[in-house]
Amino acid sequence: MGWETWFIVTLSRTLAYGTPLLLATLGEIYTERSGVLNLGVEGMMIMGAYAAFSTAYTTGSPWLGIMVGALVGGAFSLIHAFASITLKANQVVSGLSLTMLGLGLSGVLGRGWEGRPLPVSIPEITVPGLSKIPFLGPMLFEGQNLIAYFSILLVVVMWYILYRTRIGIAVRAVGENPAAADSLGISVNKVRYLCTIVGGILAGLAGGYLSVAYRPAWTEGMTGGMGWIVIALTIFAFWNPAIGMLGAYLFAALYHLSFRLQPWVSPELLKAMPYAFAILVLIAISRGTLQKKMGAPAALTLPYSRSEE
Amino acid sequence: MRGIVKRFPGVVASDGVNLGVRQGEIHCLLGENGAGKTTLMRILYGLYQPDSGEILLAGKPVKITSPSVALAHRIGMIHQHFRLVSTLSVEENVILGVNEGMGPFLRLGKTRKRIAAITDEYGLSVDPKAKVWQLSVGQQQRVEIIKALYREADILIMDEPTSVLTPQEVDQLFATLRTLVDDGLTIVFITHKLNEVMQVSDRVTVLRQGKLVATLPTSQTDKPSLARLMVGREVVFRLEKNPPQQGEKLLQVSRLHTLNDRGLPALRNVSFEVYGGEILSVAGVSGNGQTELAEVLTGLRKATSGRILLGGKDITNRSAREITDDGVAHVPAERIKMGTVSNMSVRENLILKDYRHPPFSRGIFLNYKKAEANARRAMAEYQIAAPSDSSAAKLLSGGNIQRMVLARELSGKPRLIVAVHPTYGLDVGATEQVRQVLLRQRERGAAILLISEDLEEVMALSDRILVMFSGRVMGILDAEEAEAGEIGLMMAGVQREGVRR
Repeated sequence: MGWETWFIVTLSRTLAYGTPLLLATLGEIYTERSGVLNLGVEGMMIMGAYAAFSTAYTTGSPWLGIMVGALVGGAFSLIHAFASITLKANQVVSGLSLTMLGLGLSGVLGRGWEGRPLPVSIPEITVPGLSKIPFLGPMLFEGQNLIAYFSILLVVVMWYILYRTRIGIAVRAVGENPAAADSLGISVNKVRYLCTIVGGILAGLAGGYLSVAYRPAWTEGMTGGMGWIVIALTIFAFWNPAIGMLGAYLFAALYHLSFRLQPWVSPELLKAMPYAFAILVLIAISRGTLQKKMGAPAALTLPYSRSEE
Repeated sequence: MRGIVKRFPGVVASDGVNLGVRQGEIHCLLGENGAGKTTLMRILYGLYQPDSGEILLAGKPVKITSPSVALAHRIGMIHQHFRLVSTLSVEENVILGVNEGMGPFLRLGKTRKRIAAITDEYGLSVDPKAKVWQLSVGQQQRVEIIKALYREADILIMDEPTSVLTPQEVDQLFATLRTLVDDGLTIVFITHKLNEVMQVSDRVTVLRQGKLVATLPTSQTDKPSLARLMVGREVVFRLEKNPPQQGEKLLQVSRLHTLNDRGLPALRNVSFEVYGGEILSVAGVSGNGQTELAEVLTGLRKATSGRILLGGKDITNRSAREITDDGVAHVPAERIKMGTVSNMSVRENLILKDYRHPPFSRGIFLNYKKAEANARRAMAEYQIAAPSDSSAAKLLSGGNIQRMVLARELSGKPRLIVAVHPTYGLDVGATEQVRQVLLRQRERGAAILLISEDLEEVMALSDRILVMFSGRVMGILDAEEAEAGEIGLMMAGVQREGVRR
């Protein structure tokens, strides 16, 4: 294999593996921007993956499956929203429980689904014309699926909404200074609920992508810690969708390289690489003072109630 | 507002208040802290629901269930702590929550035109594209006013708007308020400062313990009678103070530098001395390095360079415990968060500093009998009103918490007392008492560093006044010769010629 092919395959696989990371990161960015930390990404993703697979298997429609996966992710996030927004529970505890619940529940429900191949998965497409471009063509426009392109479109849309619309200003205000938003007649809880659900839907979609498009099968715990990388990526992205895209592909490239380099480096070490990188990123940027400078939403993890001053 | 009643657990914050405000006037709401001024206005703004009573606007009863309803009735409120999103720009703050049609999309061109029209008309100059955190406090207040005017407020409620401003900024604000009223706006102005009432208002309503005491035209009253109405008894305005007995040099700070939480310089080349038997006040607008100064002196923040000598001994960057043991008392600004452990009892809070030493400890055990005796004595001496010495500190009122903190901090006869906003938020009685306590310590020969944003307090208590701006010492003045106007200019960063540095 010449270096050119090697390069093309690496980048093409990066795009494929980066898509679920990107989708879930975009969702978590919105959730955290509104002041809610949801550590349940892993749980929402795996529930989405299971729901998408079982639906696609039963109905034969992968598209219906992936939609159900998104809906289940959204519904699952409601547990966290209710606990942390309405009941004002500790967001870390509630988010962690959501992850545990998701992993456990999908494991129980998924028994018997394991090892079954999905008859129809989301098709890989080749964009006519564009795929003929040398180098770029096979890299970006061959063997991808529509969801990958959809996720890139989503980056643009979500960036625009966050920084250039009334909705975005409201979301950022609620995450920064909920009292200010409240005193201007914005419903803090409504904004937070919506953002948490958006996070859940996108995490569910990411899970669905894994089980009906990326690797059309169901395995217990198939998200393999991806949810935690998403949390790290959200911080890495400075809560900005555009940087989130960069981060997601960077991590995906690392992940892919861990397979590619196996002939030379021990596979265990390589498998640990993306996670080690995630930890390094978190250590580097989560020091208190730095986090403030970086612009973490000031009200992140803080429940809001009017009477407290 | 008619017959407004609002109860909170343990207090009646608003007790059948009938408040009438006329269109086109500046109406002051005067009262001590806890008199129910803010509660009443929060009800008008829809942040609280009254237990009974009704609100009439232009004769018609209205139900104001939330701030958005209040805004729809063209009532705007500027809170004491501004409600601005510091990471957003000025224009984003202004349009936050305003619905101008167009669905979610912005029309920034039109927005900027409207903001410019408002700022030009009322002289509220501020850059609409600047981020709020880049603005000074005075500018932030202008943004708050612009916000209210952008929503076409007819009634503007301002909660203690002057507490964070320099005297010059206050004059500017009052001039703005006058032009607003001339244009037909109605302003409700909450304050506990008598000077401001006399200076700015058309009529004044005095509240005391949730009850309305009187509503008077300002022209028919004066400061002493307002003070009597507010407190319910005669008030002494002058503090009795003996001439200073300057003792030995106890604290010497030289060329001190430190960083704030964001890693930016907070103190720049700060040098001064404090002598035994004197009160040196640090005056300045909040956020100009005073907090950091207190933290460095008490061992809670590291100095990046410079030296702090306590009675000749170097205590720079020593731990808080070592500094405490060397005889430095700290009355912190956040008396509830930093001064006490809310869930611990009064008895335990009183020995937080000395629990490691006999008589309160016996080896690894605590001697509760001694702690109890200590608590009884302190409660009597400092008049701490608590149900008992075993009740949790969080049940105490602000004044009692502060007396408890003072009792603990002053127990070991400290050489240096660092007191930060010691009377902030206390009622007149408690304020007077805290000041007397500080003066007694001064008589005893302690060196006192008083950090305060209340210029009146600074003028009344101190022997010398150090003015800080942007982390620098602008000058140290003799309190006898100092004038409020001059201090105000220095607080705003104007260096005075020939000031002793």
